[in-house]
Amino acid sequence: MKALGSRFSFYAGFVVGTFVLYVFLRQVWYEETPQADGYGSLGGRRQQMDEDEGIWKKERSALFNLDHPHHRGEDSHMADELYNKVRVLCWVMTGPNNLEKKARHVKHTWSRHCNIVVFMSSVDDPDFPTVGLGTKEGRDQLYWKTIRAFHYAYEHHASEADWFLKADDDTYVIVDNLRWVLANHTPDEPIYFGRRFKPYTKQGYMSGGAGYVLSREALRRFVEGFKNKVCTHTTSVEDLAMGQCMEKVGVLAGDSRDSALRETFHPFVPEQHLTAKFPKSFWYWSYCYYPISEGPNCCSDVSVSFHYVDATGMYLLEYYAYHLRAFGYRYRYQPPTPKVYRLKLSDSRDSADRLKDRASGMKEPGDADDSSRIDRERDAGPPPVAAKEPAAAPG
Amino acid sequence: MLSEGGSFMKGMALGGVFCLVLSLLGSFSPVTESRTEEEHHHHHHVKAASKDELQQLSDSRLRELNDQLKVYCVIMVQPKTLVYWATALDTWTKHCDKAEFYTSESSKALEAVDLKEKDDWARLRKALQHAYENAGDIRWFFVAQPSTFAIIENLKYLVLTKDPEQPFYLGKAVKSGELEYVEFGSGIVLSYEALRRLVDVFQDEDKCPERGRALWKLSEDKQLAVCLKFTGVFAENGEDVHGKGVFNSRSVDSLISESMKQNPNNVVEGCCSDMAVTFSGLSPNQMQVMMFGVYRLRPYGHDFHDLLTFYPPKGSDND
Repeated sequence: MKALGSRFSFYAGFVVGTFVLYVFLRQVWYEETPQADGYGSLGGRRQQMDEDEGIWKKERSALFNLDHPHHRGEDSHMADELYNKVRVLCWVMTGPNNLEKKARHVKHTWSRHCNIVVFMSSVDDPDFPTVGLGTKEGRDQLYWKTIRAFHYAYEHHASEADWFLKADDDTYVIVDNLRWVLANHTPDEPIYFGRRFKPYTKQGYMSGGAGYVLSREALRRFVEGFKNKVCTHTTSVEDLAMGQCMEKVGVLAGDSRDSALRETFHPFVPEQHLTAKFPKSFWYWSYCYYPISEGPNCCSDVSVSFHYVDATGMYLLEYYAYHLRAFGYRYRYQPPTPKVYRLKLSDSRDSADRLKDRASGMKEPGDADDSSRIDRERDAGPPPVAAKEPAAAPG
Repeated sequence: MLSEGGSFMKGMALGGVFCLVLSLLGSFSPVTESRTEEEHHHHHHVKAASKDELQQLSDSRLRELNDQLKVYCVIMVQPKTLVYWATALDTWTKHCDKAEFYTSESSKALEAVDLKEKDDWARLRKALQHAYENAGDIRWFFVAQPSTFAIIENLKYLVLTKDPEQPFYLGKAVKSGELEYVEFGSGIVLSYEALRRLVDVFQDEDKCPERGRALWKLSEDKQLAVCLKFTGVFAENGEDVHGKGVFNSRSVDSLISESMKQNPNNVVEGCCSDMAVTFSGLSPNQMQVMMFGVYRLRPYGHDFHDLLTFYPPKGSDND
């Protein structure tokens, strides 16, 4: 009896010992084993924290971009130059219920290209971070939120940025292209840019969803306007109210089209602008300040924004704009270099052309048309501020 | 009681040791397994050349390579998918040096080489035969259906330093049992030599029957692999310099959605290659968006000084 008992205990002990050590080893090894599951797959909170640390500096509820995102093997000296000279503060209109659904994806994509980004909500959130504007949520609060957000930006960041962009949490913005549009202007000009609509105002106003950007002077006049009661909360239709105030304080509604007169700010997703045939009764037709183009001419190569972009759409646009490309492709449209940088660019263009000449003789016969058309556009120069000549735009 | 307690402790100790030994043994075998897997994988992929490799090439060599870098696109269409046919015509196929549409039956709406053949494999054979006979000085062949979207410049980049006088059979390589083949949906790339050998083996009814084996029908992409195998040509997976596949059998938005679940903090980098060649399953409208995304939309001030230049096609407005 006793022998059996001790044998049984031995076996029991063996099983328990195996189990205990198994559990112990799993815990220890699981921590140390690297995640080797496929290309680019990152797991764990640790990675997220590292990433956030490397990209943003969180300060006073804003995210200050530490490192302008770069790509392997690219020459981004021009983009870097503009990043330093044309400082953009992006503020994103969001709410506590949309932080994980929408704002998070903005944070992970286009907002990384801003110099500073501030997420504006009705409620303070120190982790995300968001600024609490002290309003409620809802469509009727939109202009209140906008007024307070711009006041906040002016009070906290006026000296840290030159331009102040408002976007929704379903707007995608290509900030590098925004800088190109703004590069021929100075922050001391009373001017603002966006997708220009015409009704209800003399000079038009900018579509809220497509995003709009104020110069520092325009922002100063906006804040001043509310102090002097020249501007008040007239309506909750935020973009229209904004446009009315801008007009009252003498801020010019700028023309954001490219040198081929194609729109850069867009109130819908690319698919709709490129392929949809809006019915003639649709409000869009009567709202646009400039003539509408359907099909490929709808949208500039250096488009700045799209609206009604869902979560997947944010990453897709990031992929299309910043990642996917056609090797060696010589784009048809060459955006004119901003005036200030013309001299500098002629140096680097020589080295770029020298590289291209290495693989010279690649021109296809009969290509004279294409290349000369492109050259003409390059020399055409940037459009003047207020009045754009309806030039014979090629293509 | 004491002896039982003692036995228990002895048992525990032995159990612990047993477990340790097993884990140590276990940690060795997976390593060797993966190494052989890697080796196996190594033989069956083709990677694009790195920038360093390209910069080492002389000007004359670069010019030589550029001259032989023409692509003949073989697009297999049918009237029942007319919308995709029309979209392919209006989008990516404009970037082929020669684009030929091969149909099962003629359509009044669009022009194509009418092969008058309903059987998929027989039709593919005829198309490839026709392409070979009409190749001219073109040395690379890309076979696709109009539900695929291809970026031909990136295809050229992939095969840039490869000799078309060598047999190449590239795309998204998958295994079905013992057979490794290139999936049709994500596009098939054949070098001139591979096509030459293929056309040659077409004559052999035993190795490469025209109607396939009667017992069970292989899909045409598997059938192609079988025939090529007889000529000593094997499927290889097309990858970028980082080892990421450039031929995708799914749509870009489906791949992005998947990446959002798997790599929520690194969605875009964890998804698809910057130099992707194909995507499959995009709607016609999504294909127009991709044209815009690839050939037009870009952030100002970011330049890639690629060592080759490809010019936009004439008479086109969406690229």
